[in-house]
Formats: sequence, structure tokens, C-alpha cells
Amino acid sequence: MSTSVLDALAGARGTAQRSMKHTISVLVDNSPGVLMKVAGLFRRRGYNIHSLAVGVTEQPTVSRMIITVEGQPEILEQIIKQLNKLIEVIKVNDVTGFSTVDRELALIKLNATPATRMEIMEICNVFRANVVDLTEKTMTLEVTGRSDKIDAILSLVQKYGIREMVRTGQVTLVRGTQPT
Amino acid sequence: MARPTMSGTKPVAASTTKRMSGAQALIECLHRAGVDVMFGHPGGAALPLYDALYDAQQIRHVLVRHEQVAAHAAVGYHRVTGKVGVCMATSGPGATNLLTGITDAMMDSAGIVAITGQVSTLAIGTDAFQEADVMGMSMPVTKHNCLVQTAADLPRMVLQCFMIAGIGRPGPVLVDIPRDIAQTETEFEFPEQVTLRSGKVPPAVPSPNQITAAAALLSQASRPIVYAGGGVISSNAAGELAAFARKARVPVTTTLMGKGGFPETDPLSLGMLGMHGTAYANHAINAADIILAVGVRFDDRVTGRLKDFAPQARFIHIDIDPAEIGKNKPAHVPIVGDAREALRVLTAQVTPPECEPWHRQIAEWKERYPLRYRQEGDVIKPQFAIDEIYRATKGQAIVATDVGQHQMWAAQFYLTTQPRMWVTSGGLGAMGFGFPASLGAQMGRPDAVVCAIVGDGGFQMTMQDLATAVEYELPIKIYIINNKSLGMVRQWQQLFYRERYSHVWLRNPDFAKLAEAFGAVGITARRPEDVTPAIERSLQVTDRPCVVDIMCDPYENCYPMIPSGQSIKEMIVEGK
Repeated sequence: MSTSVLDALAGARGTAQRSMKHTISVLVDNSPGVLMKVAGLFRRRGYNIHSLAVGVTEQPTVSRMIITVEGQPEILEQIIKQLNKLIEVIKVNDVTGFSTVDRELALIKLNATPATRMEIMEICNVFRANVVDLTEKTMTLEVTGRSDKIDAILSLVQKYGIREMVRTGQVTLVRGTQPT
Repeated sequence: MARPTMSGTKPVAASTTKRMSGAQALIECLHRAGVDVMFGHPGGAALPLYDALYDAQQIRHVLVRHEQVAAHAAVGYHRVTGKVGVCMATSGPGATNLLTGITDAMMDSAGIVAITGQVSTLAIGTDAFQEADVMGMSMPVTKHNCLVQTAADLPRMVLQCFMIAGIGRPGPVLVDIPRDIAQTETEFEFPEQVTLRSGKVPPAVPSPNQITAAAALLSQASRPIVYAGGGVISSNAAGELAAFARKARVPVTTTLMGKGGFPETDPLSLGMLGMHGTAYANHAINAADIILAVGVRFDDRVTGRLKDFAPQARFIHIDIDPAEIGKNKPAHVPIVGDAREALRVLTAQVTPPECEPWHRQIAEWKERYPLRYRQEGDVIKPQFAIDEIYRATKGQAIVATDVGQHQMWAAQFYLTTQPRMWVTSGGLGAMGFGFPASLGAQMGRPDAVVCAIVGDGGFQMTMQDLATAVEYELPIKIYIINNKSLGMVRQWQQLFYRERYSHVWLRNPDFAKLAEAFGAVGITARRPEDVTPAIERSLQVTDRPCVVDIMCDPYENCYPMIPSGQSIKEMIVEGK
């Protein structure tokens, strides 16, 4: 998947041979500019942000960011140390390898004619995607799941022609009583 | 975990509520933070702030001629006093002019607070007159920055800024205050103390296990060395470092920022290491088996090519900032904590290692590769000029430098024996820093002899503030190592760009006349025999700045030199 907006944040060191996908949870104060501060650290150290999802937590003054990134572990370690220094950052946790629940939501607007509708609906059934809008020429699907599931449905419906698409980026919580 | 607290230096009531304007609340906060000197320049959005300052009798505000000078001066003030330096500017251009100084403070870990006026809350984002996204611009170059969005937040935010600037690894903090918030009168509550989240507070006591491991490693070393940096100065650990080095008999090399952290006149001192460091310091660190790195960040100007830096060494790295440990070189014994405390405990535990051959080897290097120059003929050698400044001031002056060849010669030849006597722009290498920093230093230490050693190029970047120095009757000595060129650039063009001298020659003004025009004293030294009398004369001036223009050999190069990105093997010890 190409996330060119986020890729544009990457510097020369962005793509590495020993790169590995990481999921990082960052708890932050709900204050202005904090998203930019966090994103800025990744950009400055030349690290690709793959996806980034932000939202308020059970505490209204605190937001959680789930950031998925790919790159060299040493640089990532450096970024996590730098993140920890930001005054607005409450907690940083690299939950890669933890037992987690991961979800992402995508809205996919496809070219769909009466002739192809049924075929698409079948794909939807398999992926438990919902049809959330339907017109003469288009069909919009809502699909939720792990990012690879969304990649999978995308590869299947591509041939109908994707008119528009939006993905939320991955959200993650650690399973059980252990905090994320 | 202990939470740091900050209370005012003046006896003020605990959590008090007072009705006043936001600007007056700011002044109250400055009092509570113990601010007595600040550097700034007013403007539209800062008018309410300056109006409140009109009544602030205990704060000495130094009106500079350019905001960049205010930020550099705040750094100079911080360096020599250890207190948080303060600068203030208006929105837009005022704030953008501060940025170079703020970035310098970030790179060199100087604790300053920058206060900027901002357009009114409702006008933010409308491209209003003199509006700039100061939050956005200063984000990557500050330790912390914040915008005051409601008046009620102001006291806590401002006091917190002061705390953040000074705590742990110091750094610049910017607070942006919209005009309406400064102007609006409301009830303010002043917290008795501000706190930081426990995770943001660096550990005061280093891990005892790590200290034991470090002591064990050092006690068995056969070629140990201390590599000490600016962290030794910030943590006021010079005394502890000297005690450690003398007990363990370990030689000490200091970085450009660490100058003064260990007396350079001490037999154990190797002077500065790195690109223009002494050859013996560089030989020693590259041959060392155990390196005790204290308050340093393995900057490329120190290490050269990283993989070839001290290839046989194991590193003990003490730093209050965990992000510095292992950033460039892996640490075998990482010690996160205050350098002063870590060195104190380490000294108690260390057994002096047996390393006589190592001391003999170092003595041989010192003998073979001394720092030297030859003053002969009619042309002044810049090293000679600096040597004479050193002699005339008996090594007791506070020295602020600009950036370039003169900076490196000053670092080599002006031996520093005490902390907080050396002020320079290391990480950012900001030309134009030296003279403004000396201004801040003299404000912070009115009793001290303050010398700015500058180049003719850098001085011209901020020399307009001679007016400020004259106005405040600051007896700063400004020694211009005048080689009619951007000397360091010229040196690189000579060595690495086939002598293609592209845009480095300067047709300069008559600096002595210029000084006189400002109301300062101006002296020119053209021949070697002029140098000493000129410096002696400058030291007699006590009521105004004195500019000494020293016309030096324009083709003198700065050696030793390890070319950028190379290693000790490529070191050029002396010119032809």
C-alpha cells in the first residue's frame, strides 16, 4: 500500500535493509501541537510513518496515538528515547510482538454496475465488509480488520476500479490486563 | 519518585490569587523564577508585555538592536552564571530573529527561556500583520514550547517553562503569548510550585550497579582516558571530575563545550580533542582501552569517521539524557544520571589502575606534537595574538568566541582552568554568536574581565549591538582576529577545493573607526609589536567596550586538523 503523504515525511535513511514493522503506542496530553511534535521527531530522524491513528482515551485530557513504522531498530530506539523526552508525552510503548488486538477501518468506493454488484457482494461476505453506499455507478464498502485483511480485500476489488479510498490507520490494544 | 519543585527566590505568599493583566502576571512569574536580567526588543504584539515591564523595577531589561543578539546574550548569561537566561521579542519578525539563538541553545544545551509576543488569539491563523507560526517554527529547535491559550494557564505555563529549561539536560524553552491574553485583566492564581510528570525528571542517583561496573572496568584499564564535555559544566561537576582524575591518575581530554571542566594547565590535561584538537589528545583517545565519556554526545567534530573512532576502546558513558547514550557509539557501561553525583560515587569506588607505560606514551606524544606556531617577520600570527590575550589577562578572563579559525585557535591557546569561563557556539556553529554572548556574559558577571574573540566575518553579523554595549557601559574587550576573509572556509577551499577561493575575501570597514562611531574605544594592531600594547590598553578601558582590530596573516591555517569524516590516520599535524 502506498501512503505517500506519510512517506513524504521520510528522509534518506527511511528505507533500510534490516527494516521491520513496529507498532508504537504513544499516550500524550491533549494539547495543541503535540501531533506535530511527535510526527516531527519521526521526520527528523528519517523514519517512515506507515500509519498513524489518534483519538481520545478514557481520560478526556489524554490521547493515544498508534503509530506503525518501518525501519532500522537503532533509529527507532533513538526516536522512542526522544519521544520520551517530550513534555506532552506520557508514555511510549513499542508493542511489537505483544499479544494485541489490531484493527483498521477502510472505506472503499468502487466502480460498480448492476452487472458487477453481486460479485462484489460475494467478496464482501467473505471479508465481512458492509456495503454502506450504493449508486448507479458506485458502491462503497466498509471493511474492518487487521491491516493485512484490508490489503487482501483491496487486491481483490482493485479490478473493478477503486474511485476513492480512505483508511484510518491501525489502532491497537494489548490483550488482557496488561496496559498498552 | 521525587518531583522537582521550583519556588521563587523572593519570599512570596504561597498560592496567591491576584487581579492583574496577563502581562503583569508574566512579570510576577519572572520575579518568582528569580529573573533579574533579560534581553529583548519590543514590538506591536509585545506592547502589553513591555508596558508591564515599565513598572518592573527589579528586572534589568537590556534593549538589544537585533533579536538574534537577545537570544545569544541569554545563552552567554546562562553559561557564565548557570542561571536560566531570558530573551523576549515580539511576534513575527521578532520571533524569527530569535530562532538562530534558540537553535544554538538547543544544540549546546543552554537553559534559556524565550518569550515571544503573538497576535491576538482570534487573529491567529489569519495571516495577520506580523503573524508567524512561532510554535511550528520553534518546535524542532526547542526542548519544549507552548502557546498560552487562556489567561488562567499563564502562570503555571511560564513557571513550568523556567523549570524545564533548567532541569536535567538544560535547553531552550519558548512561550508564545498572544496579545489579548497579555492585555486582559483577570484573576490569576500563582501556584506555589510547579511540578513535572515523574517520567520527565531525570534520575538524580545513578544506578549503583553500573557505577560498580564502571569502577571495575576503570581499575583494570591499561590505557584509560576521560572524554569530558559540556555536561560536566552544566552539572557543576568540575570539582568532582578533577578529584576523580587525580585519584585514578587518568588523563582528561575535554571537548569544545567541555573546556573549563578540567584545568587545561593540569599535567593530566590533554586539552581539546577532535577535528582541531591537540594531536596528543587524538592519539590518546584513539589508543585508549577504557574511555570514561562524561556529558558528551560523540559529535562528528570529535569522532570523525565513527567506525574508526577509538576502535579498541570500551566506553563508560555518563549522561543525564538517556537518548545520548548509545546514540552514536554503543556504551559498554551506560550510566544515566547527574555527572556530578556519578563522578563522586565513582571516585570513591575506583582503584587507580596501573598504567605507567600509558603515561609515558602520552608524555612522548605531548613532546612530539606540541601546539605551536612561529611568530616571525612583520605579519601577526593569529595564534600569537591569542597567546598575548591569554598572557595579558593571566588566563582569568571569561572568553566568548565566534565561529571559525579564531574559535579553534582560542580553544587551543587560551587555556581555561575553571568552568563557566568559556562561551562558544559548538553544535550549531553560529557565526555572529561571540560578541552577543559576551554581552550576556558581562551582564551576568559584571565583575569579570570579558573578552570576545571574534573573526572579522562573524563580528559583522551582529556588530550593530556595539550600540547596546556602549549604552549599558559594558567594558567588553572585543578582539578581532582579522584575516580579511572567512578564514575557515578559505582554509577548506585551499585544502579540499584546489585553492579556488570562492567568495571568501572580505573588504572590511575600519573596525577601530567604527567602534569610535558607536562610542566605544577602537584600536588597530597592524604589526606584531603592536599586539601587546593594544591588548594592555584595551584592559585599561573600564566604562565602555573596546574593539581591538588585530590584522593577522590571512593565509594562516588552523592545525592540527582531521579532515571532515576521516580519522586519526588522516590527521594533518602541521602546515607546510
